[in-house]
Amino acid sequence: MHMPDLLPNEEYKVSLEVFEGPLDLLLYLIKKDEVDIYDIPIGRITTQYMEYLELMKILNLEIAGDFIVMAATLMVIKSRLLLPDEERGPVEEDDEDDPRWDLVRQLVEYKKFKDAAGFLGHLEEVQENVFSREGEHVELGARPDVGMSDVSIFDLISALNQALDRVPREELNEIFAEQFTVSEKVDYLLEATKNGKPLTLGRLFRGMRSRHEIVCTFLAVLELIKLNRLSARQDNHFDEIVIEQVEGGEPEPVLEEDVTV
Amino acid sequence: MSDIEVLPELKQIIGALLFAAKKPLTSKEIRKALVDAGASYGGPYQQFSEFKEDDILSAIEELKTELTQGSTGLCIAEVAHGFRLQNEINCGPWVRTLLDKDQTARLSKPALETLAIIAYRQPILRSEIESVRGVAVDQVLRNLVEMQLIKVTGRSELPGRPWLFGTTQRFLEHFGLRNLEEMPGMDELKRMVQVEKPVRTKPFPEMEKELEQRAQQAVTEDEDESAGAEEAN
Repeated sequence: MHMPDLLPNEEYKVSLEVFEGPLDLLLYLIKKDEVDIYDIPIGRITTQYMEYLELMKILNLEIAGDFIVMAATLMVIKSRLLLPDEERGPVEEDDEDDPRWDLVRQLVEYKKFKDAAGFLGHLEEVQENVFSREGEHVELGARPDVGMSDVSIFDLISALNQALDRVPREELNEIFAEQFTVSEKVDYLLEATKNGKPLTLGRLFRGMRSRHEIVCTFLAVLELIKLNRLSARQDNHFDEIVIEQVEGGEPEPVLEEDVTV
Repeated sequence: MSDIEVLPELKQIIGALLFAAKKPLTSKEIRKALVDAGASYGGPYQQFSEFKEDDILSAIEELKTELTQGSTGLCIAEVAHGFRLQNEINCGPWVRTLLDKDQTARLSKPALETLAIIAYRQPILRSEIESVRGVAVDQVLRNLVEMQLIKVTGRSELPGRPWLFGTTQRFLEHFGLRNLEEMPGMDELKRMVQVEKPVRTKPFPEMEKELEQRAQQAVTEDEDESAGAEEAN
């Protein structure tokens, strides 16, 4: 997958740190493929992991070094699994010679903490309805929370992947390609989701015939989510993703013509 | 100072204390208030100094039941090792509206995960959190410290003497937790490998006592088991 110059400018660089890390991506892939976490098909997962990394690169997402480290780890495990037992070299763990084991342990442990975080999140929601004389709830700071309570960045990227797959790789008319910009798409998205109208990502990408346009639109979605103007939700895991404008977000400026007419 | 004609009951005083307190009160703190008030007001006020923490706890239980039975919209919750007078949860929406708190910001996923790891594994180093989460947590930690949900609890003996982090009282209050043991699976998720807890050998006599106790326990357990087996037969 090689797409040079898809992005005309460097302006839109989304930091993935706001979202999630390499372990989240792995857990996401494992869940998506419904594979056994204790028996990960490392070849398949590595390929998928690299695909996502590639997509993230195309999107100009600032990929944290941690993602690259994990890619290297996966490659090492994969290559070790290819070797016959006796040639695997010195094994650090004496009781376990499956090269996947360290990673599995880390994933399982991380998953447990994620669940615990979910428990805390639930408690926090409950406590929103509890008041006492101390009154002051913890000041969570001015930075608005990112509106992706039920959707992970990887769900979004997966939707992008589907949209890109639909579009032919090379198109003759690319020569006459219209120049799309992210800011243009930002305006378009705000218009399309006006008055609380929900929009599925599938429908959003449906009419688009150029990869460039899809990528620009996707970046506009990310940008708006980051600015807390849009929120993304998914009713069931791996369902269609729905984007909506955030209530209480900045009101649309009213044009004077609209008032007088 | 006007004289009080009828002295309140213990539970009334406790109710008033909980109402006025700006943080969860422990039975110890309540007792201290009783003793101090007795000392400074003297006379009949002194009799409340006699109450022990157990009396206070049972008075709180009584209050709890009466608040619920009286449909007062209030309840007493056990939070952060103490007691807190608060509204009943189903009345929350109205209070939120009144206090204009409908737009409560929630903690982000990374923040919640980091908090969970710290809660289970404290005292913990930044590098240890990072090795669990697989990403840098610098900024998240800074924010959490700012919100007073975590704090620096000390310094490790490792080179560079890095900071150790732990959760705060505020953490328990924010999530309405009585104590850390209320987190699910605490035993399992607690530090699986002790990183640098200093090994302290117990003084000899103490160790001997413990061994003795254990041996006795084992014996009684054996007896219980064999008794059970006989019954089964």
